[in-house]
Amino acid sequence: MNRSRKVAAAVGLLLVIGGFVWGATGLHKFGNYNFRYGAIVAKDSVPDRAAVNSVVVTAFDYRAFDTLGEEFILFISVLSVGVLLRRMREEHESDGDDVGPEPTMRGSESMRWLGAALAAPVALLALEVITHGTLTPGGGFQGGVVLMSAVAFTFLGGEYALVARLRGSATWLEVSESVAAAAFALLGLGGLISTGIFFENFIYKGQAGLLTGGFIPLANIAVGAEVAAGFLVVISELLYQRLLSSD
Amino acid sequence: MGIYPYIVAAWLLGVGLYGVITSRNYVHLVICLTVMQASTYVLLLSVGYVTGGKAPIFADIPTTSSVVDPVVQALSLTDVVVEATVVALLLALVIQANKRYRTTDPDRMNRMTD
Repeated sequence: MNRSRKVAAAVGLLLVIGGFVWGATGLHKFGNYNFRYGAIVAKDSVPDRAAVNSVVVTAFDYRAFDTLGEEFILFISVLSVGVLLRRMREEHESDGDDVGPEPTMRGSESMRWLGAALAAPVALLALEVITHGTLTPGGGFQGGVVLMSAVAFTFLGGEYALVARLRGSATWLEVSESVAAAAFALLGLGGLISTGIFFENFIYKGQAGLLTGGFIPLANIAVGAEVAAGFLVVISELLYQRLLSSD
Repeated sequence: MGIYPYIVAAWLLGVGLYGVITSRNYVHLVICLTVMQASTYVLLLSVGYVTGGKAPIFADIPTTSSVVDPVVQALSLTDVVVEATVVALLLALVIQANKRYRTTDPDRMNRMTD
């Protein structure tokens, strides 16, 4: 690094840290939290939405509009990964040096057995986490990642042939990701149509119990499906890159 | 405790930024960026903490009990997942750059485009 860049870097670093310290000195002492918005949201979630997990109520009901924004960031990132890596793959495939009939790289036998044994229980756990978001710690985002890892366990065993096959169903993964993203936005539109407020919880909320919270469980399922499908698109594309560079 | 969580957040931000500035490899740079992002989790969660507060899930505690702020928890929750996909996007860009310029060093890449 030359001298002028060092100076520029030091100035930038000092500005950022200085700004952080300046901002943080106005904060309350750790543990002395005393803001009303969070307290109101926490107290209202049981009487108002019949859901005991106020974190999920915040993310998927009161602040669902913000979650929609987050969800679109996720959607666009996955889309970009697909676009970027697929273009390279097409270049590679049109180069003439074919990938071969079906690349057969094998991992260890025990890893394959472990992956096969874990896939089903982990998938079941994922469905539990997604659908019980209103009751226990969990919800669509966490459950979606767990669901993705159920499929990823089968990759762990070095089943590269499976990755190559998944490439064939990549379109389906992308379609389900898009449908799930649209479903979440449609829930918002449902509120707009039936009550005139975007993302108003328009479904009967019931008493705090298993299937309560109005549309919150539906929103969790939509987000869970999107997260799982999105991560699978990313993983299969990245693993396929590994496959291309290994031959 | 007082201000220690905020110091940790500032430290993570500074260390990550230092890594980004001095990085000679794009993969290393992306990892430094995730370290910077980790400081936002520490900051968000420590801002919302209440001394003696419980998790804001009223399954087995009365609705009147003192709980930590659920809003910052919901924020960091979505943040974690979204960050992972953004990292994947950045790594895909690194793969593209490496394919085109045969290097992951930002400096050498500049020289080649000149």
